[in-house]
Amino acid sequence: MSPILTAVLVLGITGLVLGIVLFVVARKFAVEEDPRIGQITGLLPGANCGGCGFPGCAAFAEACVKRDSMDGMKCSVCKSEVMQQIAAITGHEVEAGAAKVAVVRCDGSCENRPRVNFYDGASSCAVAAMQTGGETGCFYGCLGCGDCVGACKFGAIEMDPETGLPVVDQEKCTACGACAKACPRGIIELRNRNKLDRRIYVCCVNRDKGPVAKKACAVACIGCGKCVKACQFEAITLENNLAYIDFEKCRLCRKCVDECPQHTIHAVNFPPRKPAAVAPETEQSAVAPKAEAAPNPVEQNS
Amino acid sequence: MANTFRMGGVHPEPNKLTAGMKIEPAALPKQAVFPLSQHIGAPAVPCVQKGDRVLVGTKIAEPGGFMSAFIHSSVSGKVAKIDTIVDASGQRKPAIFIDVEGDEWEPSIDRSDKVALQCDMAASDIIDKIRNAGVVGMGGACFPTHVKLCPPKDCKIDTLIINAVECEPYLTADHRLMLEYSDQIIVGIRIILRALGIDRAVIGIEENKPDAIELMKMKTAMVSGIEVMPLKMRYPQGGEKQLIEAVTGRQVPPPPALPANVGCVVQNVGTVFAIYEAVQKNKPLFERIVTVTGKSVSNPCNLKVRMGTPVSQLIEQAGGMPQDTGKLISGGPMMGRPLLGTEAPVVKGTSGILMLPEKDAVRREERNCIRCAKCVQACPMGLEPYLLGTASENADWETAEENWITSCIECGCCQSTCPSRRPLLDWVRLGKNKVNGIIRARNAKK
Repeated sequence: MSPILTAVLVLGITGLVLGIVLFVVARKFAVEEDPRIGQITGLLPGANCGGCGFPGCAAFAEACVKRDSMDGMKCSVCKSEVMQQIAAITGHEVEAGAAKVAVVRCDGSCENRPRVNFYDGASSCAVAAMQTGGETGCFYGCLGCGDCVGACKFGAIEMDPETGLPVVDQEKCTACGACAKACPRGIIELRNRNKLDRRIYVCCVNRDKGPVAKKACAVACIGCGKCVKACQFEAITLENNLAYIDFEKCRLCRKCVDECPQHTIHAVNFPPRKPAAVAPETEQSAVAPKAEAAPNPVEQNS
Repeated sequence: MANTFRMGGVHPEPNKLTAGMKIEPAALPKQAVFPLSQHIGAPAVPCVQKGDRVLVGTKIAEPGGFMSAFIHSSVSGKVAKIDTIVDASGQRKPAIFIDVEGDEWEPSIDRSDKVALQCDMAASDIIDKIRNAGVVGMGGACFPTHVKLCPPKDCKIDTLIINAVECEPYLTADHRLMLEYSDQIIVGIRIILRALGIDRAVIGIEENKPDAIELMKMKTAMVSGIEVMPLKMRYPQGGEKQLIEAVTGRQVPPPPALPANVGCVVQNVGTVFAIYEAVQKNKPLFERIVTVTGKSVSNPCNLKVRMGTPVSQLIEQAGGMPQDTGKLISGGPMMGRPLLGTEAPVVKGTSGILMLPEKDAVRREERNCIRCAKCVQACPMGLEPYLLGTASENADWETAEENWITSCIECGCCQSTCPSRRPLLDWVRLGKNKVNGIIRARNAKK
């Protein structure tokens, strides 16, 4: 027999035998995976952002199938229809949570918050927060090194070179919360999107006393409490010299925005006010551009 | 050949501009500020209220836990307020503000210049006195001294090492202290030996202080058990673990092991002086020597400063802040921390105020790691800083922990040798903080 034929025969027979063994083993030891896991994984975005609290989309899908209810299970990236579909597959009810968006609660731009220092360490907010109080007199606000930008898996957050502050692209933001976790100062918060993406929030997290905060930043919350009095829905609380608007209670009336002497309360995506408003003319003109300032860069980005 | 530690280390320019300057008293401040966390451990809790009158040496804050220390007023006057101030750590922290009125001392403090040689107290009484005087490690870490003097029961201590190395460039506070208060320091060492119940002490001094070596040798010639050991000049010889290795040849195992595990207790020479004053003169820790220096400072000096004095006042006494100052540092150039403003007060750990000229201070642009391993060579703890830096940049805390990030002593040798100017220490510090947090959480769970 020619050596070629021998080689073909030996390899052919070995291949056939091993193939049969593999087939038998695969049949006998097959792992039964719930087909629903595959279906759900297919519906999920596959970004593995971790916003749901699980290591990845597959882990989330597995947990959806295994759990008895969908309580607390929410893929922040998916629209509510997708969540309904997932719920239909698992056979459980899903709560229709409000859509959220990341909000940067600091307006300490170069103009509003003068630099009093110089930080030249590693360009990371975490390092900067650990080693110094930052470059400005405010010990609570944005450090400007962009840890949040690095954390975003969706390219929805970018540093504005002019203000030195991060800007959230509300179209791309999926409210996974990675940026909020990455920020060592905790300035980023997930807030309800509301109708037409209208939001009112206190754009400051400075808990210093009024004069100290005001000295550090021209638009810092000084804890005067005027907004608390102005609010008819008890949505605003004042704690540690800092006002906070509860987005569940806020009815978007914008009374607080007019009242704030520091223009710290931002109202975004609202149409411009009609001239005949309650507040005096001068204050009005000062407030209006403020309210418009935030959404503008977003529109440019998207 | 003088002793030194085995691996790593760098040779920064010594720049000891003030080595020949006598210690001068600093002027009293108008308002003294006492941050409540001047030491490692829990912050102290104020025991005075707004409007209270205090004297020099009055207790104004009590320890907030076992690992904490008393704080005493360094001035007489009225408590103005308890508020917050930006201290040397760069953070806003609570502090007691006292408006100065006159200079009236607590009557219990012995203000005579005579050296009190005799001490027959029991060990526990000595440690109690040290605790009540709020003495903490004066080298910079501010570890409460009474805790250090009560080593764990299973460790047998045989050697007391006095840290008079002062390896940080520019600083001369310890050097001057040895030259001007040598007798007091010898008494202080004998008190610590008594408190620890041992009879051997070694004073480690670097060779760049020949006058101090000679003087201490002369003074200790007649005292049994105290030895002066000249050490080769090398940074960071003043690190506790490096000094133990240089003096005894013993290596301290990685954390959580302590120097006590190899039978050593290390005390800074400034702490020894504070202990002398606390035990023999009933004087709490409210004064310290601060070196105010910098290459372009017109009148660099060593000052005896009351705690709580604003840094701005010391700078004024040294001839004002030079025009070309790029960075104001509390401590030395290697381990010091940049000050955010001149209003920060002098605290127990302030060994120096350094005004670095712009050209020395500014970090140059960072480049990529070229794997030259200079940082590995320079690390006195035998770590791999380039690896730890990258691990913490990538938030890979497991790798950081496996590679002993917790052993880092934050001396900054790696960063100072890096030809690519990578901020290695910044990253390693972050990683060390995170990993320590993870380890604490893990231990708490157990």
